Amino acid sequence: MRRTALAATGLVFALALSACGGGSGSGSSSDVVKVPTDPSKVSGTITVLTNRTDQVQDGTLKRYAAEFNTIYPHVTVKFQGLTDYEGDVKIRMNSKNYGDVLSIPNSVPLKQYPTFFAPLGTAADLSKTYDFTDHATVGSLVYGIANIGTANGFVYNKAVWQQAGVTTWPTTPQQFLDDLKAIKAKTGATPYYTNYHDGWPLTNWGNALGSPSCDPAANDKLAGTKEPWAQGQDLNVVDSLLYDTVHDKLSEADPNTTNWENSKVLLGTGKIATMWLGSWAVVQMQDAAKKARKNPDSIGFMPFPAQKDGHFCSVVRPDYQYAVNIHSKNKDAARAWLDWYINKSGDAQAALSISSVKGSPLPADLKPFQDAGVRLIHLTNDRTALVDEIDKASEIGINDQDYPQHIVDVARGAAGGDKDSVFKDLDKKWSDAQGTVG
Amino acid sequence: MSAPRTAGRTPPARTLPPPDAARTHPRPPRRRPASRRRGGAWWFTPWLYLLAPLALLVTFTWLPVVDMFSYSFTDWDGISPTRDWVGLSNYTDLFTRPQLFQVFWVSLFYLGASAVQICAALYFATVLSFDTRLRNLFKGLLFFPYLINGVAVGFVFLYFFQPGGTLDTVLHWFGAGRHLWLGNPHLVNTSLAGVSVWRFMGLNMVLFIGAIQSIPPQLYEAAALDGAGRWQQFRYVIAPSIRPIISLSVILAVSGSLSVFEIPFIMTGGSNNSETFVIQTIKLAFNFNKTGLASAAAVVLLLIVLLVTWLQRLLFPDERVEQS
Repeated sequence: MRRTALAATGLVFALALSACGGGSGSGSSSDVVKVPTDPSKVSGTITVLTNRTDQVQDGTLKRYAAEFNTIYPHVTVKFQGLTDYEGDVKIRMNSKNYGDVLSIPNSVPLKQYPTFFAPLGTAADLSKTYDFTDHATVGSLVYGIANIGTANGFVYNKAVWQQAGVTTWPTTPQQFLDDLKAIKAKTGATPYYTNYHDGWPLTNWGNALGSPSCDPAANDKLAGTKEPWAQGQDLNVVDSLLYDTVHDKLSEADPNTTNWENSKVLLGTGKIATMWLGSWAVVQMQDAAKKARKNPDSIGFMPFPAQKDGHFCSVVRPDYQYAVNIHSKNKDAARAWLDWYINKSGDAQAALSISSVKGSPLPADLKPFQDAGVRLIHLTNDRTALVDEIDKASEIGINDQDYPQHIVDVARGAAGGDKDSVFKDLDKKWSDAQGTVG
Repeated sequence: MSAPRTAGRTPPARTLPPPDAARTHPRPPRRRPASRRRGGAWWFTPWLYLLAPLALLVTFTWLPVVDMFSYSFTDWDGISPTRDWVGLSNYTDLFTRPQLFQVFWVSLFYLGASAVQICAALYFATVLSFDTRLRNLFKGLLFFPYLINGVAVGFVFLYFFQPGGTLDTVLHWFGAGRHLWLGNPHLVNTSLAGVSVWRFMGLNMVLFIGAIQSIPPQLYEAAALDGAGRWQQFRYVIAPSIRPIISLSVILAVSGSLSVFEIPFIMTGGSNNSETFVIQTIKLAFNFNKTGLASAAAVVLLLIVLLVTWLQRLLFPDERVEQS
């Protein structure tokens, strides 16, 4: 009896608490934080949240801060490196204390940007200087600026591909599969490595959207497409390639024990031939090859095996976007750092990445792309918010690891169904969710 | 029996007068300091001592649980500063999607493993309670896995189960072929449950050893005189004596297998048919921003565990154990 009374009290308490949970909105966000014009007048201490714990540890960020201080002498910059960046920051965003400058976690929906971040300028202004601003534009204001963009493609070991007698990039998915088969037959290498266990490398497959059709509006179109996995659609082409690769046993034997760090060494030494990643990975693979005393020049990068009007296409996506906390007490200093980091720090060039500053030259590892006339396309973002909402509601998670993992499972016979049933199921989830999201 | 003048108090069976404040005739306060007077200003002393543990309990256990209950009635996405009251719709959503409960099949593997675990623990506890050579060493060896951090266990076994890894190598000496211990969807849950047995068996064993040691030794002697063998001693002396501990272990095992999380989350991330209810809940909350629905799922899991425990107590009530 006493126990039920206690439970009842608890329940009443719960209801009372939840009733006062809502309604705590945010302050006004109309005042744009502009880059300060006089550096000597900017002062204060700012905290920068970063996922680059490696740069915190090896002193790179400290060096940047020192350089920054030669221009802004009265600003103190502190860094907090977070290993589980996404998870930690998402929880901290429930408070006001989430640094002054931060990278926007992927889990924050676009339409909530104004609640958390200070506007950095109008879209019309900033888009003249920076690429990818439309990824963080709500209304006509921009809330985040990316430092770098990455092109999608396969990182591959040129030596292994040559050994198998393949010297030109495959132009169709079928040709790609044939090439992998040749690698399997003629070399001892694993033709393709999924990195299934770590999971996140697989999420790059979702980024291939737009590459086969060469359509900058590919993502926006998902909002109105009832069956994005129907024959001929981008997601169908992309996921089919993953499915067929695994189904034809062209990937590693046991996907459940893959290891990302080790995969870099395996690719660098030619034990793995190919992985679908982004241009950011090339530097890391070359590093691994160097450490294993192999030739780093054997690491190459090729676009998705599909051509439109005789051209390959590769989607360039922004990496993390940097934003200023709306609750920051030193917004000017924060904005100054953000501006300096993206324009002056040289971080993008050092990592051989595509700088988001318009007019920057392409990095060296994309030289082959340039030579081969690969079109680098930027996806439009007119309906991204809606697409995200449908994606969450459907529990598909185009950029989550469960979705490609399931495709791999079915392809290798570890889960029931076949390619058609998987796609049909995804189509149904998608169109059902479209009905519930308005 | 000297009845005290203040009625209603428990009469101490001593000749000393009770140190009661409500005495009528004045008396110099010589024996007891004033602060120890019952019913005086210091009635809250015990609560003062309880303050720290209660504060911790409320802050870190009860408030989060209450919060969880309250989230389960909202559509909160885990980030937004606003959330809307949606009543029971999370619960209806949950119960109209039977596939969300299919993951409980996975729990059966862990339930089976728990049975194995308890039997093995009973066996080792019994053997190690008697005079066995090097028994402290064996106790240590068997208990050791429980002391290792769950994440470390996960990583160690990841290598153990790798194709051509430790397990395959050892089995190869006996002529067995290779298996994809984690890759084969029919084998993965057995492998993971095996890790769970390895990790928690030692804890059960230590609990059992403790209980077995409280059995008076003359019972064995008497049983031996009556001609009882080792098995009969176990069956008729040890097992009935430690019944409460066994039933506690079973309750823990059942609720544990319903809410398995650590080992499969670290080793497979719930992929390849190894997803458990808790992993699914985490994914709902953190991958799909459905904190409300996930909270409802957590509440439902709590209720299921409570229900199973209650059923178990109903079917196998605890009897008092007489040991004399």
